[in-house]
Amino acid sequence: MKFNSLLVAGLVVTVGAVAQYWGDLSSTSAIAAPANNQHKELYNIDSHRSSQASEKAEGPAGAANKVEVTVNDGESIQDAVKAAKPGTTIRIMPGTYSETVYIDKDNIRLIGVIEQGRRATLDGLGKLNDAILYSGNNVVVENLSITRYKGNGIMGQAGNNFEIRNNIIVDTGVYGIFPQLGVNGVVEYNVVSGIEDAAIYIGMSDNIHVAHNDVFDSVAGIEIENSRHAIVENNNVHNNTGGVLAFVTPGLPIKTTYDVIIRNNFISGNNHDNFGAAGSIVAGIPAGTGILVMAADQVIIENNIISDNKTAGILIVDHSSAANVTDDPESEPNPDKVSVLDNIMLNNGYQTITTIQGLMALESKQIEPDVVHLSKGIGSCIANRGRYKTVGVAEFADCDFNNTDHVVSYLLDEPVQARKIAPSERGQIAYLGVCSGCHSYNGRLIGPSIQTIQALYFENPEGLAAYISKPTKKRDDYPEMPSQAYLGEETLQAVAEYLLSREK
Amino acid sequence: MPRKMIQDSVRLALLTAMLLLSRTEAASAQDNFILDVNCPRGFQLVTGNRCELRTLYQFYRSTQNRGVGGTHSNLPMHRDGFSPQQIDLGRYLFFDPLLSGEQDFSCASCHHPDKGFTDGKAHSVGANGKLSKRSAPTLWNSAFLSSFFWDARAKNLEQQAFGPLYSPDEMNNTPSKLLSSLRSNASYQRLFSDAFDTSDNISSDESLTIDNLVIALAAFQTSLISLNSRYDEYAHGNHQAMSDDEIAGLNVFRSFVARCSECHTPPLFTNNQIAVIGVPEDDGDEFDVGAEQTFGLAKLKGGFKVPSLRNIAETAPYMHSGNFQTLREATEFYNKGRGHAVPKGMHLTIHWHISEPDLRDHELDLIVTFMKTLSDEKFKPQVPIRVPSGLTPIDKKQDNRKIDKGDSNEIQ
Repeated sequence: MKFNSLLVAGLVVTVGAVAQYWGDLSSTSAIAAPANNQHKELYNIDSHRSSQASEKAEGPAGAANKVEVTVNDGESIQDAVKAAKPGTTIRIMPGTYSETVYIDKDNIRLIGVIEQGRRATLDGLGKLNDAILYSGNNVVVENLSITRYKGNGIMGQAGNNFEIRNNIIVDTGVYGIFPQLGVNGVVEYNVVSGIEDAAIYIGMSDNIHVAHNDVFDSVAGIEIENSRHAIVENNNVHNNTGGVLAFVTPGLPIKTTYDVIIRNNFISGNNHDNFGAAGSIVAGIPAGTGILVMAADQVIIENNIISDNKTAGILIVDHSSAANVTDDPESEPNPDKVSVLDNIMLNNGYQTITTIQGLMALESKQIEPDVVHLSKGIGSCIANRGRYKTVGVAEFADCDFNNTDHVVSYLLDEPVQARKIAPSERGQIAYLGVCSGCHSYNGRLIGPSIQTIQALYFENPEGLAAYISKPTKKRDDYPEMPSQAYLGEETLQAVAEYLLSREK
Repeated sequence: MPRKMIQDSVRLALLTAMLLLSRTEAASAQDNFILDVNCPRGFQLVTGNRCELRTLYQFYRSTQNRGVGGTHSNLPMHRDGFSPQQIDLGRYLFFDPLLSGEQDFSCASCHHPDKGFTDGKAHSVGANGKLSKRSAPTLWNSAFLSSFFWDARAKNLEQQAFGPLYSPDEMNNTPSKLLSSLRSNASYQRLFSDAFDTSDNISSDESLTIDNLVIALAAFQTSLISLNSRYDEYAHGNHQAMSDDEIAGLNVFRSFVARCSECHTPPLFTNNQIAVIGVPEDDGDEFDVGAEQTFGLAKLKGGFKVPSLRNIAETAPYMHSGNFQTLREATEFYNKGRGHAVPKGMHLTIHWHISEPDLRDHELDLIVTFMKTLSDEKFKPQVPIRVPSGLTPIDKKQDNRKIDKGDSNEIQ
């Protein structure tokens, strides 16, 4: 059975791989200096990136949580999430859980416990929408098995510092793993298959590491879309319609993709029939595409083994070649500064599409193409072009660098921190943003006036903060105030002090 | 001086002083109108007599500072920094029928505060009973928008204002007529000077300009902030603020089956982009090409701005054509199949997230239930009891609407 064999494969990958990954990091702490200036310019996009290999055995989410709770088979994971305070690790015992788990708080870790190869399985029964939705920061999802959901397996909405690791995601609908609008996250050691869009989809995010995943039988293997500072490495990407994608999709609120390194991956036999949904952008990907760069800039393709992809090994195009994309005046349609370094390419393009045949005819070539370029993009290069069968790369320069060894990771050295806001400002913001909806200085709104409150709590901000946190009904002719405890102790104290100091 | 006169003038002075203290539009000795020196609620007065917005979302970051994300993401860039006087002048102008060509209705006629700053109609009624082409959009949270009108043809609120002011189907005014009716009003002469003269010398003609008129209107509109709904409380961490059904609705809303939040993205519940979703026109109406005309791009044919869903429960009917009466109908549109309402033989580049979600009836209900948590009108401004023109605020002819007279309590 497909599922059982996946379980085994996943475990094999996992056990060796976790140790190897962190081992890699600590053993490559010596950083090679950039080879030359262009090299430097290519990588030093901004100060966000971290090329320093970290010695600490910590992921983007930071240090482990101190509190642990356990969910047993037959119990609800969501109940545990609801009860959990930020800073809780939720261990999930092997068993079957049919639910949608949403995490709208920070610092929650969902860690499946694997016993004798048995995992915690989230089963959507073909009815539930998504398995895991998170919007909190510092969320970790690890060791789960996810299947039969209609939407996504794991979906992030703007959580920063995420870790999605060692999950097995089979037949879950649209996207397997989809962190969107997040900064500083890792997606690694996952096995993802049977997905009708992208198995792993990084959307509108920054500082991302996608590594050591096994991704197959999906329409798109790994997609980096409208994202910056991403590395896709050491993945096994096979039997998808398209293998690895770096896209700018027009019409989204974040407009660019740049600074993407695709290296050391196996990208082979991505010839699966396209079963993408009508109207989806991936539905336009020709089956047999190893790597597809659409409008993305500063993409470096290095040291991959790209084989047996029937349309082309690497396809570099602008928006006009894409199906189902809109027009967006703010979106630059061309792929610029793409670097094709040394890769091993074998047996690609053996049954290519009409458009590419037309391009070859223009160049009087009859080949099975490894690298195809069709755009007005500028500044791209190719190393050792003689080793590849190419179409449309006459304008490409020879690359003047040959590796990205000095870039270990674009993950940040420290987790993205919450904004630092001084207590006085915190009090003012909470007062104007929340309190002033119901209280005015000198008149009655929904609640009593600030002057009344000042008289009651003169020189007693602690007492006021305590009341705001746990209000009780005091006045018959006013509605009871709802608790504002969610603002947190620091803000409650600050707002109490601010409120008592108001003079108008 | 006769005793009676002295008493009267003392009384008047006292009254004036009291009113000055308590901030209101009512009587001063001269002409009764005084501009507020305090910022509207939610705003902090900072150096330079500027009102700056404060919201809890300022505690958060957002990716690339674009103001799209999840529960803990900051809002998009916004307009603020107007003076309290400019905002208050904008309020008078907004409700004053003097701005329309026939002086019979105001901005508020189609953007009524009691109707979610829209008018409850599919097509607004303009000058001489003419119907507007599109449904009036809400003005709540305009401060956060990067383009205006359904087809995104205006880049800012000032530019936007000229549309309805001069459109023969809407307010049907002309620049010269508008300027002359304002300049022939002594109150406006003085109020513009109060709001815009930075120097001490009073030269009201210099400050009473059309440019300043639209700035004042923009100032007032950017003060219409709605970020204190039950959803917001939930987002900031009070998970008791929403019921189980409402949270279930949020989860359908942001699921990748329904995909609502891919365009109606928190925290503003719009991504400020154009989308072609294939909404039909009202029966018999000509197909509206929308943003195709603005940008000259065929792929944007039938494209419109993604509207914010904040206060959406207050702003029926829905869509650019106003053809869905209820939130349930509007939600159901997305479940009826990609392109199901596109006119026969017409090609539209329908947005990729318009899919075939096959949501169950119960899930559609849950989405509606969730959207109702996005209502918050705590910062609804007061309708002036009187406006400088002396005309009836909002609309003298067809004003069957409730005007919130406010109560005697003043709002700081």
